[in-house]
Amino acid sequence: MITIKNKKNGQGLKSAVEEISGVDISVCFQCKKCSSGCPVAKLTRSRPSEIMRQLHLGAGNELLESDIIWMCASCETCSARCPMGIDVAAVIDALRKLALERGASKQKGNVPLFNRAFLKTVETFGRSYEIGMIAAYKLGTGKLMNDTEKFPAMLKKGKIALLPPRGGDRKIVRRIFKTIKQNKGAKA
Amino acid sequence: MRYAYYPGCSAESTARDMHQSTLAVARALGIDLVEPKGWTCCGATAGHQTDRLLAVSLPAANLTKVQDMKLDMVVNCAACYSRMKVANHEIAAHSEIRKGVREALDRDYDGSVKVRHLLEVLLEDVGLEAITKAVKHSLNGLKVASYYGCLLVRPPKILKFDDPENPTSLDRLVTAMGGTNLEWPCKVECCGGGLSLSRTDVVVELTGSIIDMAASVGADCIAVSCPMCQVNLDLRQQDINKQTGKNYQIPIVYITQLLGLCLGIGSGDLGFNKLMVPASVVLEKVNERA
Repeated sequence: MITIKNKKNGQGLKSAVEEISGVDISVCFQCKKCSSGCPVAKLTRSRPSEIMRQLHLGAGNELLESDIIWMCASCETCSARCPMGIDVAAVIDALRKLALERGASKQKGNVPLFNRAFLKTVETFGRSYEIGMIAAYKLGTGKLMNDTEKFPAMLKKGKIALLPPRGGDRKIVRRIFKTIKQNKGAKA
Repeated sequence: MRYAYYPGCSAESTARDMHQSTLAVARALGIDLVEPKGWTCCGATAGHQTDRLLAVSLPAANLTKVQDMKLDMVVNCAACYSRMKVANHEIAAHSEIRKGVREALDRDYDGSVKVRHLLEVLLEDVGLEAITKAVKHSLNGLKVASYYGCLLVRPPKILKFDDPENPTSLDRLVTAMGGTNLEWPCKVECCGGGLSLSRTDVVVELTGSIIDMAASVGADCIAVSCPMCQVNLDLRQQDINKQTGKNYQIPIVYITQLLGLCLGIGSGDLGFNKLMVPASVVLEKVNERA
C-alpha cells in the first residue's frame, strides 16, 4: 500500500529529482517491471515502482527515509527494463543526493560513510585504496572487528594490497574534487 | 593490435589476479596493452551515488589521457568499463555536463575516445577462430557457468555490449576452450556490488542465490569478468555456508585465468593462488591431458 503523508516539509521533491536526474517522472505508467527485476526489492520496504508513484503524487522529504535509497546496489536492471526508457537508477541517485543535502536519517550500513571513505582515498591517492577505505569506514561505524576474519587470509594470498597505490595522477584528481566542491558552494 | 589498457584500481589490490592473467593472455595472443601514465580511479559506484559531475569527470580524466595516446581504450573491469562509456555518453549528449567537465579538468573533451571491453577485443579483433587455434590445453569438458553481472551489460543503450538479458560472450569463449557451457538463469543477476562491506547481509543474500543456482546446474566453476563479482562470489561463500549450513566450494575464476591455462600459461602466472575458494577442480581438469 502506498501512503502519502502531508508534504509541508517536502517542497519540490519531484522537481528536484527531475532536475538532478534529467528524468521525466510523469511518463511512468506503473507497469512495475522495475520492481519485478529489482534484486533488492524482496528485502526492502518500498520498491522502485512505488518510489516513482510517490514522487508522481507529490511526496515530500519523508520519501528520503525509504530504505531502498541505500539498499539499492546500483545494478541498473530497473533502468534497463523500463519500457518508457526511464532511468530509474538515476532517480535513486538523485534521491541519495537529496537525502544527504536535506539531512535524512542515517540507515543501516551507513552507505554514505562508505562512499565518503572510498572517495577520500581517491582524492588523496588518485586511486582507491581498499585498506585505507575499510579502516576509515569501520572507524566511522564503530564496528572495527566486524567482518574482518577474512583479512589475514586475503593478505597472505596477496588478494588485497597493504600499501596505498602509487602512480596515479593526484594533481588532476584533486583539481576535479576541488572544482566540484567549489561549484557546490557557489550553488548553495 | 595495440590498445591503451586501463587496469582500474582493483587491479592493484583485490583483482591482481585479473590484471596478471589479462597481461599474460594479451602477451600470448599478440595484443599490445599500454597503460596510460598516471591513470586514476573512475569513481566507481561511490562516484555516481554522490555527484553526477564527479561521476563523469573522474573517468574523463582517463579518457583524455587515452585521447593523447591516439589509441582505443581497453578495460577488463566491468565497473570501470560501464563508468567510462557512461561518461563518454553524458559528455557527448549534454552540453552542460561537457562544460562542467571542462571546468573540472581544465580541458575540453568531446566524449569521442572509443572504449572497449577486453571480451570485445578477444571476440572481435582476435576472433574465436584464432583463439581456438591458439588453445594448447582443453578445458576437457569442465562445466562452466558464465556470469556477466550488471555493469558489463548495463546500461544497455549506452554500452551496447552483447545481448543485455542473455549475453553469450563468455559462453562462446568457454566453448572455444573445450569447456561445457552451462545454461542457467543468473547470467545478469546482481551480486550486490559495492554493498559488500556496508550491507554484507544484502550481498550474502544475493550471492547466495547465485551460488545456489550454479550448484544446482552442476557448475564446476563460475567464470567472471568483473572484480566486484569475483570478490563477492568468492569471499562470501564462507558466509553463505555459515548462514545456510551448506558447503559450497565453487571456484570463481576470471575468464582470462581460464584462457591463460588453455594457452599453456602456468597457474602461478595467472594468479590462481589468490583465489579464496581454491580452483583445484579447474587445474586438475585442464591437466587431464590425453
